Amino acid sequence: MGSAQQLHLGVALDGAGQHPAAWRVSDVRPSALFTAAHYLAHAKLAEAASLDFVTLDDTLALQPGGEEVVRGRLDALLTFAAIAPVTSGIGLIPTVTTTHTEPFHISTAVASLDFASRGRAGVLAVPSRTEAEVAHFGRRTLPSEVDAEAENAEVVDVIARLWDSWEDGAIIRDEPTGRFIDREKLHYVDFEGRFFSIKGPSITPRPPQGHPVVAVYGDSPYAHGADVVLADEIRGARERFPDAKLLAGLSIVLAETEQAAIERRRALEAYAPFPPGPSFTGTPAGLATELPRLAASNGLDGFHLRPAVLPDDLALFTAETVPALQAAGAFRQAYTGATLRDHLGLGVAANQYAEA
Amino acid sequence: MPKQVKLAAHFPGVNNTTVWSDPRSGSQIDFSSFEHLARTAERGKFDFLFLAEGLRLREHAGKILDSDVVGRPNTTTVLAALSAVTTRLGLAGTLSSTFNEPYEVARQVASIDHLSGGRAAWNVVTSPDAWTGQNFRRGGFLKREDRYRRAEEFLATVRELWDSWAPDALVGDKENGVFARGIGRFVHSGPQFDIHGAFTVPRTPQGQPIVIQAGDSDEGREFAAKTADVIFSRHGSLESGKEFFADVKRRLPAYGREPGELLIMPAATFVLGDTEEDAHEQAREIRYQQVRPATAIQFLEQVWSRDLSAYDADGPLPEIDPDPDAEPLTWGRVRHEKDPLAVAAKWRAIAEEKKLSIRELVIEVTARQQFVGTARQVAESIDEYVQGDAADGFVLVPHLTPGGLDAFVDDVIPQLQERGVFRSDYTGDTLREHLFSR
Repeated sequence: MGSAQQLHLGVALDGAGQHPAAWRVSDVRPSALFTAAHYLAHAKLAEAASLDFVTLDDTLALQPGGEEVVRGRLDALLTFAAIAPVTSGIGLIPTVTTTHTEPFHISTAVASLDFASRGRAGVLAVPSRTEAEVAHFGRRTLPSEVDAEAENAEVVDVIARLWDSWEDGAIIRDEPTGRFIDREKLHYVDFEGRFFSIKGPSITPRPPQGHPVVAVYGDSPYAHGADVVLADEIRGARERFPDAKLLAGLSIVLAETEQAAIERRRALEAYAPFPPGPSFTGTPAGLATELPRLAASNGLDGFHLRPAVLPDDLALFTAETVPALQAAGAFRQAYTGATLRDHLGLGVAANQYAEA
Repeated sequence: MPKQVKLAAHFPGVNNTTVWSDPRSGSQIDFSSFEHLARTAERGKFDFLFLAEGLRLREHAGKILDSDVVGRPNTTTVLAALSAVTTRLGLAGTLSSTFNEPYEVARQVASIDHLSGGRAAWNVVTSPDAWTGQNFRRGGFLKREDRYRRAEEFLATVRELWDSWAPDALVGDKENGVFARGIGRFVHSGPQFDIHGAFTVPRTPQGQPIVIQAGDSDEGREFAAKTADVIFSRHGSLESGKEFFADVKRRLPAYGREPGELLIMPAATFVLGDTEEDAHEQAREIRYQQVRPATAIQFLEQVWSRDLSAYDADGPLPEIDPDPDAEPLTWGRVRHEKDPLAVAAKWRAIAEEKKLSIRELVIEVTARQQFVGTARQVAESIDEYVQGDAADGFVLVPHLTPGGLDAFVDDVIPQLQERGVFRSDYTGDTLREHLFSR
């Protein structure tokens, strides 16, 4: 049993589920999408099943579509901050847009999410390539895909430098010398990149995880960097990201029978087509058989699951698929560590400025 | 009914107010400290908790200042997290209008307003300095004379965004498949911002989250009179408080506003004792802990712009004059003194008259509004300020993190309640209701 590969599992908590019509069939009230309670309830489901993390999508513009789809959303990082103190095990990975937001703010915000969650923060760093967002900021032109990805990688680089700009143990409170900090343990990052420069150090001490977990979407050919890569296109992904935890995106439509799952999917498709990308339609047990097989044959570390409807597909996944995976030795029985890095097996983050 | 006192709790920031050497002093960065202060303030039925913002670490003489508390989290992230552990307390934070853009500030504050059920407030500040700008994409681009122009247009733009969704835009009609209808668009075209599009956040529980302003200059007062809900002031004494209060409230009718629409809340520290003497003795000790010899010398160096490390903090002021042309020695502190030679002359006169050492002088000239006494005396004093129109209330700055407000809530709040000048429970759910209902 113990020889099976241990999967890493994250869940997307977007809107009322991934399908555009999810909000019409879910028991969730549409207005609940703008409350913390909605995200807390679903994060608690994921936490009870010892899943690695939840994600929350974001952009600095409205979601495309008409009046029949979910439009509008709160800031993803702040939404996860609002559930951080009242969850205890689940990793929290909000999307942050890197093209228009200040890297300094991203660094301190994610570090602060790490403090508020006591070591469970991550960030999904996503560049923006929409004219709508350009028009909301009005100070730059639309970057090319290659530039946006290069800038994204630069942000990922500098936010970690800022996290490291305070060594662990920099706060000494040494009364005899009257020193609150040992300034030898604080470092200017003096970052000069292609897109911006930053002096540093951070205003925020090094967060509990040292480096909160950095994730990117790996579907762009120009994407690079990060600890965790989420990708729908898994062919060739392992070669492109040899050192990252590679999690495949997978939409799920579950029901107790194969037939019932197909009917649920058809009911949704009567409203709107299913979003592109890999998906699984079937029973929770069938999914539990499928995931280890897919992981083994594609060199994956796990999955980023996108429930078609919340809480329905997440509830079935945690109630039935997860126990089946556990029975097969492919998933932990309970959290074995306290931090998101622990869950993902990422080890202790070295500080690039500390003397060895 | 007598005028009701407004109260806010300030999480002690990165300056020498916090006595970090006290054995009761806890972490200034762990979330549990913020949670403790917020829960205490809510237990005391405070109007709101206030967080300042840091964008670059302070430096002195070319080095990071190491004698004061340093290091703090991101303001909006902490406020959002605090919404999870409080239910009524207002959550206010400073966000620079210089190193942010209106779309993101509008979105962050609106998000906190939703997440907290209507308890968000934004303290609008500007910063002109390139030194802080070295941590940001734009650097230091703002001319000093443009500060309020940018702040005003920034705030106006944010308000346009907050107003852009109709209150009933979120339809949520599952049967007919209408999630939202008539999401507003915005077009703002001005000298500072030229942006257009659609906002992502529906109208918030408060509609317009609370806006706070902290300027003291003529432009700052005018800006606040025109548009803020709360103004933080630095006018501590009863007399200067009354003057400031009258001046600011006098400016309101020009903008069609009533005196009650802008609340004036000076910052104040407090020291409670079992007896008056005990409180004064404690206050004296705290001041000496706050102003250590090295802190006193550094403070003098801020004005002198010279290395004064050879001087004894317990001795007299330096005989040499400040260097008025030198680059500032200290970065990251608000400088209030424009003419260092005049300041030095004034301080020499004070030190001479009162026979003060450097350290004693610094203690004297950096004193803020402070309420010192028994719980009953402090309550009386606060009430006197409020009934006498020197303030609408106070932003209390404890000198200990995170337990510094505990005794105030346990002992002073009941006294204020007994006097009938402070709520015994919240009567509304939103910060706007706490501040402005009746």
